[in-house]
Formats: sequence, structure tokens, C-alpha cells
Amino acid sequence: MPETDTPRVLVLACGALAREILDVVAMNRWRHVTLECLPVGLHNRPEQIPAAVEQRLAAASQTYDRILVGYADCGTGGLLDPIVDRYGATRLPGAHCYEFFATSPRFAELHEAEIGTLYLTDYLVKHFDRVVWRGLGLDRHPQLLDTYFGNYTRLVYLSQRPTPRLVNSAEAAAERLGLRFEHIATSYGDLETSIAEFAAAADLRLPQLAESV
Amino acid sequence: MSDDQELDLSALPDDELVAQMHDDLYDGLADEIAEGTNILLAREWTASDVLNEALVEGMRIVGIDFRDGILFVPEVLLAANAMKAGMKILRPLLAETGADTIGKVVIGTVKGDIHDIGKNLVAMMLEGAGFDVIDLGINTDVDEYLDALDEHKPDILGMSALLTTTMPYMKVVIDTMVERGIRNDYLVLVGGAPLNAEFGEAVGADAYCRDAAVASDTAKELVLRRRMMASEDA
Ligand code: B12
Repeated sequence: MPETDTPRVLVLACGALAREILDVVAMNRWRHVTLECLPVGLHNRPEQIPAAVEQRLAAASQTYDRILVGYADCGTGGLLDPIVDRYGATRLPGAHCYEFFATSPRFAELHEAEIGTLYLTDYLVKHFDRVVWRGLGLDRHPQLLDTYFGNYTRLVYLSQRPTPRLVNSAEAAAERLGLRFEHIATSYGDLETSIAEFAAAADLRLPQLAESV
Repeated sequence: MSDDQELDLSALPDDELVAQMHDDLYDGLADEIAEGTNILLAREWTASDVLNEALVEGMRIVGIDFRDGILFVPEVLLAANAMKAGMKILRPLLAETGADTIGKVVIGTVKGDIHDIGKNLVAMMLEGAGFDVIDLGINTDVDEYLDALDEHKPDILGMSALLTTTMPYMKVVIDTMVERGIRNDYLVLVGGAPLNAEFGEAVGADAYCRDAAVASDTAKELVLRRRMMASEDA
């Protein structure tokens, strides 16, 4: 197949998903996918996510045939969807990454079973100190711990590619927050299935998929 | 903004002391706020003047800088804690002087959601604005809301949600109020970062409020308007 026929595919994602998206892309040997990330800091300023995504989509839609927006709703209160639609892009399913890693029914179950649960992913375990601890100002103001986590009882590590070291770090994080620790290996969950669906739709070279498009 | 040198608050004239208290609130200095509050009271300020001019005004400034991305959540929490230190001194005095409460509010974070920082801030600012506030806490289901309305007969029901998945629950509560024919007995205010005015309207709330300062202005305005309409009807 000549190079020119392959669609130009962009994944425009939250920085906290970079490693996982690259993993899924590599596992499936998709070669024509470009990954671009927006700053992880947007996570705590979700009101800025729609504008940041739109700005990048406006330019990228000239260059790429298919674009996957690597965000869930992420607290934008539904404001990301019309932008994604306007540029004919697709976004990841659900409310947030914890939900699509665990998959929706499982996440709902976890949430229901113990509402006072804080979730960590591989990314958050690796960067717990910077993103969670310092992000909430607990390094400077440890007395705020109870204000943040007074209603929490458990920390669940939803792992993608757990190593003993990561599991230990997650457990240490739970201890630091005074929460009970649980580990659930979710792997990539709906991140994988939705990227696969998207790639299948984009990959016009595969005959059986061409029919379904 | 904080000064390394020990500042003698009692040596400051009133206007400088109040300005200093705004700075101290901004810096989250609870002890200094308690001290400033006591000094103003000793100078025969009324409790409600101390509350409005020193504390509420200081928190209003904090709220503006939070909205503009200059201050972040931890700083806002520290400021709120400092305000609490002042409120603790003022609350019994306000009750004693019978400073009129302008109304009653029942507030809570909706079912499925345990984010409470914003809701607590709104509750505190409403109290500062002269409302009697009944805080139902977090993860509040429709029965808890309705029981509280029944028990406390407030002017306002306030609901908070920070998750996209929990904001639709506000509609469940409001629809149930409609079903029971009690929707118009109360003003309903909603808030939380992922909400907007359109959403507030769609679920049938009286108003969506972006932040605690807007919440307290809106609450006052709507309660007064409603009372005026009620007295015109009478
Ligand atoms: C601090 C925070 C936390 C703290 C909460 C501590 C606490 N005690 O509340 C911690 C770290 C514990 C936390 C946990 C989680 N969080 Co959180 N959290 C935030 C964050 C960063 C700030 C929220 C906040 O407190 N802001 C400060 C206050 C002052 O602002 P506010 O809440 O908006 O309130 C103001 C106004 O909205 C308004 N208002 C609010 N309520 C009301 C009510 C009325 C009646 C009125 C009139 C006005 C009003 O006035 C307030 C004062 O000005 C937001 C991101 C964001 N910027 O919104 C994410 C965010 C809300 N969290 C999110 C998530 C996903 C979670 C977790 C699931 C994450 C996890 N790793 O487990 C858990 C929840 C778990 C659970 N069991 O429910 C997502 C939600 C995504 C979505 N699709 O809905 C967000 C948007 C972050 C993100 N982009 O992913 N979180």
C-alpha cells in the first residue's frame, strides 16, 4: 500500500495518558499514529480543557484525517463534546480516566461499594508527590490533609502495568494519606477498546472494516 | 504578602487594621484573624461590622484571585480556616445581639459525590451574609434533602456537585420536589465547577452561582425579591 493512502491519524491527549496510549499503539503495531499531549496541569483546571483542545484541533484538522481526543469528560461538564463534534473528532468514553481504565460498570460498582475512595493510576502513582501531594499543597500545609481526605477511607490503585515498585509506591501513598490500600489490575480497559475502535474506523486499508465504515 | 517582622495589630488604626486583616486572610493566618477580630470588638465595633468589613470582604478578595487563577485550592482552604477562626468569636455575639438572620439555607453535596470544599465555602459565606445555614454534608440523597426541607423549612435549598456523573442528580431532587408539589415553596441554588447557567436552567433551579460571592449576593437578592412579591400578594 503506498504511503499516501494511509490516513494521517492524530491522538491529542491529556499528558497523564501519554505512556498508556503509546503502549496501546505499540501493542497493536499501528504505525501511522501521531501522539500529541496537552499539559497535565489542565487536569486540575478542567474549565480550560475545552479551549486548549479546540485551539489545537483547529490547526490539526488541516493536517490530519482522523483525530482522537484523548480525554474523557474530565470535569468539563459536557463542554468538550460539542468541540470534538465540530471538528469531526472522537473522544474517549466516560467521565474520567479512572472510569475508562476500570470500565464503566466496574467503576460504578467500586464507587457504590465505598464512596470514600481515592483512585490512582500508574501515572498518578509515579507522580503522586508532584501531582497529588504538592498539587494539593500538602507539602507546604500538611494540616490540610484532613480537610481534603477526612471523608475518605480507602485508596484503590487501578493499575495499567504494575511493577512491584509501583505497587509499593501506591501503598506508601495510601499510608501517607491515612487510607486503606487496595490494588486492582485493570490494564488499559476501555482506553484500549476505544483506541482500537477508532483505529479500525480510521484504518481504511482493512477490508472488513472498510465495509463497516 | 506576609511580613517577617512581628506586626503589632493593636497599634494600627481601624482602617489599616482592616486592610491588614484582608492581607492576613489572604495569607491564611488564623491566629492573626482571631486577634484582629478581638481588637475590633474591643474598639466597640459591632460583630456584624467586623464580619462584613474585615472577614467577608477579605474572603471576597480571595475569591476573585481564586477565580483569576492567582490563588489555588490550598490557599483558599487556609483563608477559609482563618475566616473560621474569626467566625468562631463572632458567632455567639451575632446570636446574642439578635442580628437579624435574613433567611435559612439547607445545603449539601449531592448523592455519589463527596467533594465538599466549594460547598463548605458557600455555606460559610452564606452564614457570613446573615443566613442560618443547615449543612447536610456530602453524598446527600433525595430523601435526606426533602426531610431537611420539611424539618427546617428553609428559604433556600443549595446543591453542590463536582462530578459530571453526579450533577444530573440535582434534577432528580428538583423533579421530586415538583412531584410533591413543594418546588415553589423554596428557592433552589446550584453550583460546582462543572456546572453552568444553562445546566442550572435545564434542571429547573432558580439560579446557578459561579462562586461563593455570587452565591451570597444571589441568595440575598432572591430571598428579598420573593418576600417582596409575597407581601404584594398579601
Ligand atoms: C480538590 C479536588 C479533589 C479533592 C476533594 C477534597 C474535598 N474534601 O472536597 C480530592 C483530592 C479528595 C478529590 C478526589 C476526587 N476527585 Co476531585 N477535584 C478537586 C479539584 C482539583 C478542585 C475542586 C475544589 O475543591 N475546588 C475549590 C472550590 C472552592 O471550588 P468549587 O468546588 O468549584 O466551588 C465553588 C463554586 O463551584 C461554587 N459552588 C460549589 N458548590 C456550590 C453549591 C451551591 C449551592 C452554590 C450556589 C455554589 C457552589 O462556589 C464554590 C466556592 O467559590 C477538581 C478540579 C476543579 N478545578 O474543579 C477535581 C475534580 C472535580 N475531581 C475529579 C475527580 C475525578 C476526582 C476523583 C474521582 C479522583 C480520584 N483520583 O479518585 C476523586 C473523587 C472520589 C470520590 N470518591 O468521589 C474530576 C471530576 C471529573 C469529572 N468528569 O467529573 C475533577 C474535575 C478533576 C479532573 N479534571 O479530573 N478531588
